[in-house]
Amino acid sequence: MRLYALAVYLFLYIPIGVIALFSFNAGRHAAQFQGFSTQWYGKALSNPFVMDALQTSLTVALASALLATLFGTMAALALQSVRGRVRMAFDALIYIAVMVPGIVIGIATLIALVTLFGWLNPLIEALWPLAGKAPQLSLGYGSLIAAHGLFTMALVIIIVRARMAGMDRSLIEASADLGATPWGTFRQVTLPQIFPGILAGFLLAFTFSFDDFIIAFFVAGSQTTLPVYVFSSIRRGVTPEINAIGTMVLAVSLVMLIAAQAILQRGRKAA
Amino acid sequence: MQRQALRTWLFLAPAGAWFLCMLVLPLIVVFVYSFGERGAAGGYAPAFTFDNFLNLGSRWAAFKNTLILAPLGTLICLLIAYPLAYFLALKTSPRWRTVLLILVIVPFWTSILIRSYAWIYLLGGQGIPALLNALGLGNPRLINTPFAVLVGIVYGYLPLMVFPIYVALERLDKRLLEASSDLGSPPWRSFLQVTLPLSMPGVATGCMLVFILLMGEFLIPAMLGGGKVFFIGNALVDLFLQSRNWPFGSAVAVALVLVMLITVLAYMRFTRRWAGGRDDVSLM
Repeated sequence: MRLYALAVYLFLYIPIGVIALFSFNAGRHAAQFQGFSTQWYGKALSNPFVMDALQTSLTVALASALLATLFGTMAALALQSVRGRVRMAFDALIYIAVMVPGIVIGIATLIALVTLFGWLNPLIEALWPLAGKAPQLSLGYGSLIAAHGLFTMALVIIIVRARMAGMDRSLIEASADLGATPWGTFRQVTLPQIFPGILAGFLLAFTFSFDDFIIAFFVAGSQTTLPVYVFSSIRRGVTPEINAIGTMVLAVSLVMLIAAQAILQRGRKAA
Repeated sequence: MQRQALRTWLFLAPAGAWFLCMLVLPLIVVFVYSFGERGAAGGYAPAFTFDNFLNLGSRWAAFKNTLILAPLGTLICLLIAYPLAYFLALKTSPRWRTVLLILVIVPFWTSILIRSYAWIYLLGGQGIPALLNALGLGNPRLINTPFAVLVGIVYGYLPLMVFPIYVALERLDKRLLEASSDLGSPPWRSFLQVTLPLSMPGVATGCMLVFILLMGEFLIPAMLGGGKVFFIGNALVDLFLQSRNWPFGSAVAVALVLVMLITVLAYMRFTRRWAGGRDDVSLM
């Protein structure tokens, strides 16, 4: 039984390990380890396309995770005091957002936005009051943030609600009985209790956006995120530089995940 | 009370608007477009026709591959995941359990792109085939085969299968196992008559999650199937980004969502029948 478990863990971690190992390979050769070197990291980090894509990915991940966490937490809080149809509608929307495959979300967003821009752009052109060219709507940062934020907002709502379900309600009542205002109760009782959930939700949202390929593939427009860059480079052939980028991407997600997990575990113990 | 209601609505409004604009409306657009015609320069031209749906057969290969490899991948995931979940839930000390569980779930939250890429490396000419060749076991071609896609699938989705089964087994009332053994059942019988039936809700949840995610998979077949093993997702990318046939692509997307919907409904019926089955699974 233990041996079996060990074998499964090896299966899960050897491929990741191989990528990390070969990212430090001195040689170009894909199969032979020819000594330790960090040259591929240097190559990757001085490649302007990689740095551009990295910057896009980080901007989109940060913006979409912040918005998703803010609006998701607000919705999770409000849903506590909502019953009936509105509650059911939101539950259904969260369920759909999580269940519909990323590829369908990506396609749907692409054709809806392209259609919308097709209507709006001539209108903007016609109504533009200033001299010179009117700005045109197009796919890019906005569509990436909006599409990533949709899924991650559903994720944040789920995590924060799970956290609220484990909350001690008597504390809220006690706070109200002792004369605290609703805002005071929220700030001093509710928020500290759900904060680990909010933070974990933010970190997971960031990770999802940073790692997402399929939605970005459709809605990135003229922008390139890091996963989209990696995908198109792999099509041109496997290089050690990709190993270095891949290892860095894995490292970013791992740090985020470990942080999220630690926060949730500590919160669980404190509750 | 008035103010409270107002606040509730204000708090719900941004999320509601976001869901409406970025989820509901786009999905409606896909549905409407699936009855349209292809524009002269690609894209969409308004029409009302069922031609796109009647034409779905022309992408039969993609549907066939998906409907064979997705259930097969789900089954292999289940066979590998069950013993591991059993081990984690019943044979580990609580101290180790948390760490081991986190180790299972962590890969799932890291980039599937990079993880599939790792298998291009391992299954490619200079990876495992070269190793087998050196050992004198022949030099099989692994990359760009259905086998490679299955390996990628199992690698990518195993954690998602382990977790719900683990939750079901962990919640299992251990006294039932003691009772079964006190009444003289050998361990295998206790397993077949107590453990396995009680873990079925977890098995169903895991299979449903893995299966519906596999139905929409694009990346793993694209990376490890090399254009020879393609899924519905690959057909969709081709239709939207290469041939720019939006209406037909929309019809394929609608068909895909319908198959998934049927799966979810079947799952719901199944879990309802399994009375007492709880399906609230969180991935963190």
